[in-house]
Amino acid sequence: MIEMSEVSKIYPNGVSAINGITVKINKGEFVYVVGPSGAGKSTFIKMMYREEKPTTGSITVNGIQLSKLRNTKVPLFRRNLGVVFQDFKLLPTLTVFENVAFAMEVVEEHPKDIKKRVMEVLDLVGLKHKARMVPTELSGGEQQRVSIARSIVNSPQVVIADEPTGNLDPETSWEIMNILEEINNRGTTIVMATHNRDIVNNLKRRVIAIDNGRIVRDEQRGEYGYEY
Amino acid sequence: MSIRTLRRHFRESGKSLARNGWMTFASISAVTVTLLLVGVFFVIMMNLNHIAENIQKDVEIRVHLDPAADDNNKDLIGQKIEQISAVDTVAFSPKEKELTNLIDEMGEDGKTFKLFEQDNPLNDVYVVKTKEPVDVVKTAKQIEKFQYVQNVKYGQGYVEKMFDVVEVARNIGIVLILGLLFTAMFLISNTIKITIIARRREIEIMRLVGATNSFIRWPFFLEGAWLGILGAIIPIAFIAAAYSYIYDFVSPRIQIKFVELLEFNPFIWQVSLILLLLGAVIGVWGSLMSVRKFLKI
Ligand SMILES: Nc1ncnc2c1ncn2[C@@H]1O[C@H](COP(=O)(O)OP(=O)(O)O)[C@@H](O)[C@H]1O
Ligand SMILES: [Mg+2]
Repeated sequence: MIEMSEVSKIYPNGVSAINGITVKINKGEFVYVVGPSGAGKSTFIKMMYREEKPTTGSITVNGIQLSKLRNTKVPLFRRNLGVVFQDFKLLPTLTVFENVAFAMEVVEEHPKDIKKRVMEVLDLVGLKHKARMVPTELSGGEQQRVSIARSIVNSPQVVIADEPTGNLDPETSWEIMNILEEINNRGTTIVMATHNRDIVNNLKRRVIAIDNGRIVRDEQRGEYGYEY
Repeated sequence: MSIRTLRRHFRESGKSLARNGWMTFASISAVTVTLLLVGVFFVIMMNLNHIAENIQKDVEIRVHLDPAADDNNKDLIGQKIEQISAVDTVAFSPKEKELTNLIDEMGEDGKTFKLFEQDNPLNDVYVVKTKEPVDVVKTAKQIEKFQYVQNVKYGQGYVEKMFDVVEVARNIGIVLILGLLFTAMFLISNTIKITIIARRREIEIMRLVGATNSFIRWPFFLEGAWLGILGAIIPIAFIAAAYSYIYDFVSPRIQIKFVELLEFNPFIWQVSLILLLLGAVIGVWGSLMSVRKFLKI
């Protein structure tokens, strides 16, 4: 599903963010990526959806070798991925429904399919009844649920989340985790960078710990294991 | 691309126009001023050109033959002229006919020339027309060297001058127009830049969820095209109205030979189409510059 081999990333400013990572994430896995801030978690994740290219090494995602992927093919590649961020990235002028539908419109799906599918995923994240509201009328947790709905609306094989609970209180964070777990149970691979010790230690999954751009620990059903 | 997608792009481009209010207005105004000047200049140029062509079309080379030439010599000269590749027609005009022409042209005064009928001082003449007006000078010089050719007359300098004037006017015009077009393009590209910045987040999300690059770019191209096309409307209307008025007013009053204006139809339709296309092209070009610079995709 996702394979990295001897991957390093040096940013143009000289910062060496990833220093030789080899890792394999299988289909259907749920993986936490933990580590202190500045460790390289976001860079690690960005390379998976080809927001950043590795300086050396090779990455394969969904059977596609990213170094051979032409720029013009990146959009098609991205349709098989869902991406979720700490800051939700919703469009403030659009309603909840429109925000989710947006992801299907831009890949030119048929309006009838869009309506049906959007309501389906809004139901999954428990926001069907708020479809007509705009993001500012929602709580942070609800906004993140909209953003998750959008990430899965095109039925991707992988959902990549960079600190999806970073802006949320503990209780709301658990709501988000329940949704992600549900998505994972339906067969979608999930890779999630997080700082949330409570979640990692309670909802036990594979943990990849990164420090200084290297994998320092990789355990099934691991612990958070840091004091930050 | 489906009709539905196209409709979406049109809708998005329209929204941007409305949202950018003042910048939209400024860009359209710039295009309007530019195309107005371009249009007026173009109309003047084309009419000058038309007049110049009329005059040039009428330019003939008159080859005056040496009186010493016998019929054989004359025939030979005629053949040699015909062999020149730039020559279109050659007509022989004997001196008797030249005199009648002269008498006719002079009207009342010409009667006095009748005295010369007995002892005609004029030469036999070959009247030569070239296929292209530009070749007149060259051809005349060539014929002048033939034996038994006394002298060669044509346009007497005004042919060359005509070409020079048209050429200079055209060059000045082109420089002026290019400068103006560039300014308008720059303003349009600035408007598009503002749109792109205003839509940065939207574009970022589009890219994350897998919108193709062309899907992202289309609305911006359309917006540029709108700016250009909307900017062309006033110049087209103005030029059509003004030309129709001037044509009706001026044409009946012109008495000078060769000087006539191009007819409204189809000339103004052509000018309108050109202005519309120019507007669209600078619009799309302007947006292309911004899209390339600010949408690194
Ligand atoms: N776009 C960038 N340009 C230059 N340096 C960057 C960029 N993004 C991240 N970095 C640097 O790379 C290192 C790893 O950053 P990041 O991957 O964001 O870590 P994390 O997500 O674990 O906090 C940091 O030192 C950071 O300053
Ligand atoms: Mg980070």
